[in-house]
Amino acid sequence: MTETPLIGDFSPMPDSGLSGARIGVITFPGTLDDRDASRAVRIAGGTAVSLWHGDHDLKGVDAVVIPGGFSYGDYLRAGAISRFAPLMEQVIDASKGGLPVLGICNGFQVLTEAHLLPGSMIKNNHLHFLCRDQRLRVENSDTAWTSEYAAGSEIVVPLKNQDGQYVADEKTLDELEGEGRVVFRYVDVNPNGSRRDIAGISNAAGNVVGLMPHPEHAVEAGFGPDSSAFGDVELGGGTDGLGIFTSVLKKIVAGAK
Amino acid sequence: MSERVDARLETADEAKNEHAEFGYVADAVEHIEGRKFNIDTVKHAEETPDTPLPWAELGLKEDEYNRVVEILGRRPTAAELAMYSVMWSEHCSYKSSKVHLRQFGEKVTEDMKKHLMVGIGENAGVVDIGDGWAVTYKIESHNHPSFVEPYQGAATGVGGIVRDIISMGARPVAVMDPLRFGAIDHPDTARLVHGIVAGIGGYGNSLGLPNIGGEVVFDSVYQGNPLVNALAVGVMRHEDIRLANASGVGNKVVLFGARTGGDGIGGASVLASESFEDDGKPAKRPAVQVGDPFAEKVLIECCLELFKSSVVEGIQDLGAAGISCATSELASNGDGGMHVELTSVLLRDPSLTPGEILMSESQERMMAVVTPENVAAFEAIMDKWNVEYSWLGEVTDTGRLIIEWDGEKIVDVDPRTVAHEGPVYDRPYHRPEWLDGVQADTFNSSAAERPSSGEELKAAVLELMASPNMCSKDWVTNQYDRYVQGNTALAMPDDAGVIRVDEETGLGVAVSTDANGRYTYLDPYQGAQLALAESYRNVATTGAVPMAVSDCLNFGSPEDPEVMWQFAEAVRGLADGCQELGIPVTGGNVSLYNQTGGVAIHPTPVVGVLGRFDDVARRTPSGWREDGQAIYLMGVTKDELDGSEWANLRGHLGGKPPALDLAAEKLLGELLINASRDGMIDAAHDLSEGGLAAALSDMALRFGVGARIGLGEVCERDGVDLFTALFSESQARAVVSVARSEEVRFKDMCSARGFAHIRIGVVDTENQALDFQDQFSLPLAELKEAHEGTLPKYFA
Amino acid sequence: MPRIVVDVMPKPEILDPQGKAIAGALKRLGQTGFSEVRQGKRFELTVDGEVTAEILEQARHAATTLLSNPVIEDVTRVEVIVEATIGAGE
Repeated sequence: MTETPLIGDFSPMPDSGLSGARIGVITFPGTLDDRDASRAVRIAGGTAVSLWHGDHDLKGVDAVVIPGGFSYGDYLRAGAISRFAPLMEQVIDASKGGLPVLGICNGFQVLTEAHLLPGSMIKNNHLHFLCRDQRLRVENSDTAWTSEYAAGSEIVVPLKNQDGQYVADEKTLDELEGEGRVVFRYVDVNPNGSRRDIAGISNAAGNVVGLMPHPEHAVEAGFGPDSSAFGDVELGGGTDGLGIFTSVLKKIVAGAK
Repeated sequence: MSERVDARLETADEAKNEHAEFGYVADAVEHIEGRKFNIDTVKHAEETPDTPLPWAELGLKEDEYNRVVEILGRRPTAAELAMYSVMWSEHCSYKSSKVHLRQFGEKVTEDMKKHLMVGIGENAGVVDIGDGWAVTYKIESHNHPSFVEPYQGAATGVGGIVRDIISMGARPVAVMDPLRFGAIDHPDTARLVHGIVAGIGGYGNSLGLPNIGGEVVFDSVYQGNPLVNALAVGVMRHEDIRLANASGVGNKVVLFGARTGGDGIGGASVLASESFEDDGKPAKRPAVQVGDPFAEKVLIECCLELFKSSVVEGIQDLGAAGISCATSELASNGDGGMHVELTSVLLRDPSLTPGEILMSESQERMMAVVTPENVAAFEAIMDKWNVEYSWLGEVTDTGRLIIEWDGEKIVDVDPRTVAHEGPVYDRPYHRPEWLDGVQADTFNSSAAERPSSGEELKAAVLELMASPNMCSKDWVTNQYDRYVQGNTALAMPDDAGVIRVDEETGLGVAVSTDANGRYTYLDPYQGAQLALAESYRNVATTGAVPMAVSDCLNFGSPEDPEVMWQFAEAVRGLADGCQELGIPVTGGNVSLYNQTGGVAIHPTPVVGVLGRFDDVARRTPSGWREDGQAIYLMGVTKDELDGSEWANLRGHLGGKPPALDLAAEKLLGELLINASRDGMIDAAHDLSEGGLAAALSDMALRFGVGARIGLGEVCERDGVDLFTALFSESQARAVVSVARSEEVRFKDMCSARGFAHIRIGVVDTENQALDFQDQFSLPLAELKEAHEGTLPKYFA
Repeated sequence: MPRIVVDVMPKPEILDPQGKAIAGALKRLGQTGFSEVRQGKRFELTVDGEVTAEILEQARHAATTLLSNPVIEDVTRVEVIVEATIGAGE
């Protein structure tokens, strides 16, 4: 057998052709995973642009990530206060014009509070914060953020939240299922009681996607599920989340050509 | 029909009445939003020398109070009394421990200090890890508050240690929490476990700090005195180091962050100086502080922006003793003088008296010193982050800390007498007479049977791995975010938490915290050294080079000479041990009075060693994965079951802890670090509590990969039976898995250094079991179920 | 069926981070008519049959032991509500 490979040896080389694509990452007070999301954009080959919640300027970015965290402490309801941030007006308008928007964890909660995505998140059914390496199935590979995956493929990315139980009324759930808007589904374990094992959804156009697990924490070998999981991930794996970011970058670059 | 429950409101009223006595003498009468209270000015104090003061209620001893009068040349004002009483409390002044802690500074060579940029005495020590990077880290206790209100106590413990790290100029990058609870099946334990774990998670997760390690220990000695220790690690560039001092006459003093309320008034002094269970009285105001992690997260980012823009000269976090501590420490560490207008403090509760404002422990506050030129820049950053601030005064060269209330002088003191010249006690201590009897009562002389057949040994391993102290702590650690910030290379359950510092080079650090209260009870000097040895070994096992030590010394009452002896011995042991290992103590914390009804906890010196990686890519995880790799046991096994986890399971605590050989620890560390650096080993796990049985089980369960093990040669070489080989807690040992291609190199390395090593087995990915040849086979599924079932059984 | 409503509020002297954050948001949204917000909890205990003095006493006991944390919270109401007065949406 060979020696343990170095961290990073497994990470795919970024596609140098993608660096022209600029992805904005919004920071709210209490946002935690903004630097991580920016790192993921860079590792995927794109250019990350920091956006401040209080500004009115999207700085001409090609897509927006609303990262995870506890914006405004998750007080009142997760995402409820951030949704009124000045920059969110621009995000809402631009998303209607087709701008790709990804909400991760708290970002997903912000998108539901902003009514860009249906449903809502309530406290996990076991009532605890839970951090685990979560297996997901990519149900829809036609969105702006999932085109690099094959439909039906399974990925492992970290999940970490307190209010992660996705709920919506039956009619909405049926619509989501019927229109193929369930983008990610929990596999093996439903970690929080989410309806129909839903981990992530999209809007009807497919440019706005929200998901509870954290793909930005599975982009670099040695710093994701492969370093801490209990055998769920091959040694040197743990970069399953990267495809989310390369999907949107490739779409942007292709659109620009 | 409407029913009101008013009992609580009455209590609140009582609390308000009580603080009226604080401004007990009529002088100037202030009207604030309809409330009246009396202001005791310096002038008034001079005119009324015979006024009786509540110094005893505030925790001061008579001779301490007399000393205050002697220093001031008059009676203190109410506000001065508040300041001296909190700052001279055990918690803030280290008055009982100081004479012993000096050894940490004395038993240090120049060589040990070569990487130390800031040593003991500042908010936290700072270690140079190279390439212009520095790391600061510190561990602190929040024991008593966590017993009173577990969620908020534990949460604000995290908050406090994180502010210590920020105030050094660093970005906090990780936290760890060594926790000790009473018996797992005691009715009160679930309350504490649920509250404390949720509090740590609720606060730390909201701050975006990965929780990368710690301990969870259950022992009935901690029943009324759980230990909630919190460690934080911060990272900065050398030029960003900030110290807590107020220099530059005319510079402005600003308080920013949360508003000041009645939180935890008296908490610092009252709780740290007397057992709160004995009298059961609530403090004058609620002794709990409520944490606001969102406010702290904003404060972190806001402070980092202040540092980056070089807008602050000095900075100090507000923790125990609040503004009293911040003003007196900033002033005495700087040019020696400060002038403050106390009515400028933004209040959450307008009814607070000046003394209460000075003592308040409201969380998420910082004090900074800013040059007049930078005032506008400072305010712009505050406005950006929507953080409230108020300018309180300025730095002077008078050598006096003057605090005024609406222009009237209420404090006029030499700040050094408040912050640094508190009482120092050389308390009497002696070796307990009972110790000889305890040490003579060895496990081998006890009636406990020793498992010997294969079936018995299998049952013993399962029992051990399901026991409260050895079981999987996933139920706890899965409530903590270990991923945030994206730099976690190892976390629980590996030997140490590993964090990348520099994303370009992979430069990083490893941290482990360890203590064994039973060992320290049996022999405090050696027990403290064993904690140090284990922490050192854990860090080296991951492949990091140990560099520094922080400690949190949890003991009973220093007024008990036998407890004081335990403390003195433990400190002497730690200082001697650090000298032998060549790593300095960079800072720490002492928590005394951890006792209820005259019965103290086991002496529990928690030691946190920090190590350095050139590249965290070389870190060694604690589990094997590759089929066919050779499994080696490094070190020698002796019959050392006294104080062991197995003896604990049989209700036995006696004899002497395992022998200590720091030279062997150092050598083992070097071998593990070299093996990691040269890519010889793919997995390593140190042997500590639970011995080889626990180590092999952990390694197999880490990634769910089995192994075939034969211990015949070990038993023969070391002259021990199989039970001893599996359960003895002999020190300076580790298990490693070695790729076949590296075996010769690995063996040559160990032989060249004369370190015992023996091949005990091979990794087997096919067989889902730990196979002990000719003895028993332990299916991993069965082991996993036993190991992971315990905490959910009690707490889920 | 009658219900007993229990209201629990953070003690006045205790920091209420939630209330503070909400107050800030209201201000930013231009709703400036409120000087302070405090966020509490409401519990509804359903009773099968009549609310006797004994049951009410039980509710008070529950309010002060389980439903509230006396260290940081006050019970501000224990009240029997008849069906018709229970809020909309039921």
